Amino acid sequence: ITVAEFHKKIKDAFEVFDHEANNTVDVREIGTIIRSLGCCPSEGELHDLIAEVEEEEPTGYIRFEKFLPVMTEVLLERRYRPIPEDILLRAFEVLDPSKRGFLLKEELIKYMTEEGEPFSQEEMEEMLSAAIDPESNSVHYKDYIAMMVIDES
Amino acid sequence: MGCGTSSVKDTRSEQVLKAALVIQNWYRGYSTRLKARQRYALTIFQSIEYADEQGQLQLSNFFSFMLENYAHIHEKDPEIVARLFGSTIQDYKDRQDYVAFVDVPNSYNGPRLQFPLTFTDIDLLVDAFKQQQILHARYVLEVLFETKKVLKQMPNFTHVKTSPSKEITICGDLHGKLDDLLLIFYKNGLPSGSNSYIFNGDFVDRGRNSIEILMILFVSFLVYPNDLHLNRGNHEDFMMNLRYGFTKEILCKYKIHGKQILQILEDVYTWLPIGTIIDNEILVIHGGISESTDLNLLHHVERHKMKSVLMPPTPLDGDPDTNLKKKKFNATVLPREVKTSTSLSEQLTKHEWEQVITIFSASNYYEEGSNRGAYIKLSFGMAPRFFQYQVTRTTCLRPLYQRVNAIESSAIRILRERIIAQKTDLIHAFQLQDRSKSGKLSMSQWAFSMENILGLNLPWRSLSSRLVTTDTNGDIDYMSSFQDIHIQKPVKEAQSTLIETLYRYRSDLQIIFNVIDSDHSGLISVEEFRSMWKLFNSHYNIHIDDFQIDELAERMDLNKDGSIDFNEFLKAFHVVHKLDKLNKSGSGLL
Repeated sequence: ITVAEFHKKIKDAFEVFDHEANNTVDVREIGTIIRSLGCCPSEGELHDLIAEVEEEEPTGYIRFEKFLPVMTEVLLERRYRPIPEDILLRAFEVLDPSKRGFLLKEELIKYMTEEGEPFSQEEMEEMLSAAIDPESNSVHYKDYIAMMVIDES
Repeated sequence: MGCGTSSVKDTRSEQVLKAALVIQNWYRGYSTRLKARQRYALTIFQSIEYADEQGQLQLSNFFSFMLENYAHIHEKDPEIVARLFGSTIQDYKDRQDYVAFVDVPNSYNGPRLQFPLTFTDIDLLVDAFKQQQILHARYVLEVLFETKKVLKQMPNFTHVKTSPSKEITICGDLHGKLDDLLLIFYKNGLPSGSNSYIFNGDFVDRGRNSIEILMILFVSFLVYPNDLHLNRGNHEDFMMNLRYGFTKEILCKYKIHGKQILQILEDVYTWLPIGTIIDNEILVIHGGISESTDLNLLHHVERHKMKSVLMPPTPLDGDPDTNLKKKKFNATVLPREVKTSTSLSEQLTKHEWEQVITIFSASNYYEEGSNRGAYIKLSFGMAPRFFQYQVTRTTCLRPLYQRVNAIESSAIRILRERIIAQKTDLIHAFQLQDRSKSGKLSMSQWAFSMENILGLNLPWRSLSSRLVTTDTNGDIDYMSSFQDIHIQKPVKEAQSTLIETLYRYRSDLQIIFNVIDSDHSGLISVEEFRSMWKLFNSHYNIHIDDFQIDELAERMDLNKDGSIDFNEFLKAFHVVHKLDKLNKSGSGLL
């Protein structure tokens, strides 16, 4: 895959969010653009990337000219690769040491909102709406992961 | 020992931290990819809608082309042109006594209006429509006649004032979405002497309850003519209704009196005011204005002559007046706009307005979950306030991934229909690039052809996974662009290019045939079909020879009586999605 192809791909993704058709996007959409290109930076890594592409005096907008070279490098170096399914599964298993095969709703909420890079309330509600099995009020993580993976492919 | 115990604890909490990070990271990636897919789906809808609007312009130009060549055509096909530009049947339009012949049977369970109308009739209608009742044709006709009478007295622009005790609410496009109108009334109250509304056009088409919205709006207008203001939108237009569903809705709900309703409606539309002016400072107008709009001219133009955005104003006595073209109502399709300015007395160019706001009130416009709707509240001396909302079918929203899947499959579906409509041209373009005849192209080559032939500015590379199959090298099997969908061939021997062309232009042809069929019989003669096709052919630059069309027409003339049922003719060109068939056979997944 040539650099030109990467450029085209980045341009396509950028344009979808360029609502005013003036080669800029709202800085709040940069995360979405980067992730839609298949990368999985953490919040901290995203923060750093934004700092790289922002103007000297932040305007709230990111220009394509600044975004393109930075993003091209990210793709060429295959940075922020997505998390493989088995690593994800193991992460859930760490949170479920007694190997029940599921996490209770309260447990999931506690971990996601108190540990790591905590979820906002909106993010938490969003995850719960798809993950929680209403009858048992828990998330059977193996099935959940499998479902999400199918949905993406 | 002490140290051993504490180091085990640290490892555990470190582990938990790392695990949480992994899950959060993954989830955020997944969630943003979902939102990106949703954005892509919206881009598809918008792109296709834009292309559709260009198609309308082309149709409009076609009618102008006919007008310009009037004299020339007149000699060859006088009948067609007379039908196209002559007056349509006037008989029923002004005969209000016709209404007295429409009986409301005792068995009718729907709402019964009492003239003169009062606010109780508004409540009555709202309640009845909530229960999905249909208003009897008799009342529909009466309301239309009364509305026309009142609208006729009004100038092109209504002047309105706010006061400390009186706010005005401005709503944009509703497009037949009754739920949105009811939601607005629920949040903001019904129209009344102390609760003013401006509805800025596009009440109808696309949604399923255009007539119900129209009835509520017209009845409210008749009860509160000084507090309920209606501006004409580009969909308050009998030709647009043909294309975008309102005509179908009426003929479906009103099998006996539908045609009469449509004829009167055509007239009522032309009497709707062009815009509303608030406090001499704010202009509310559908479609906005352009650099060249002359407001003074718009104040004086005879709005009643503007039958349709797609057709130039009807010439008087059959003599085309060339000046009419200059006065032509701005027919471009722009976002619906509200503008503020310090003074309206001078002619202002577009850039001299202080602020331009676009308002749109149909939530879930493209598909469930696609967008919210909004309205504006204006108070005396204050900045405008915005209110947003979204209609949901269930009390709690479905999970994000389900909503995104729904909107995405809807978008991909209509995109596929566009693709199949240009199958022959696309294959040609693909093969030109496929020198080695391998059946494969690079992503770049495929994307280039798609953009070029379809004329849709879309992120093809990002969409490719939903449209075609790619091999391990990243190359695309281009024939897979056409999998799972085909156009039904009404006649086996007909050529693909012919079928595709007819499928592509079916809505334009629908409109043209309907215009020719002035007695609304649903039939046109084979000769009319032929002459219309020849004109269409030359204007749209289509390379189908007349012989093929003739052949097709003869085959479709099932009665062999020299006339074609054009609705049946056009219906025959439809698309079949293979996956629909599979799902219908009961896998029950969707």
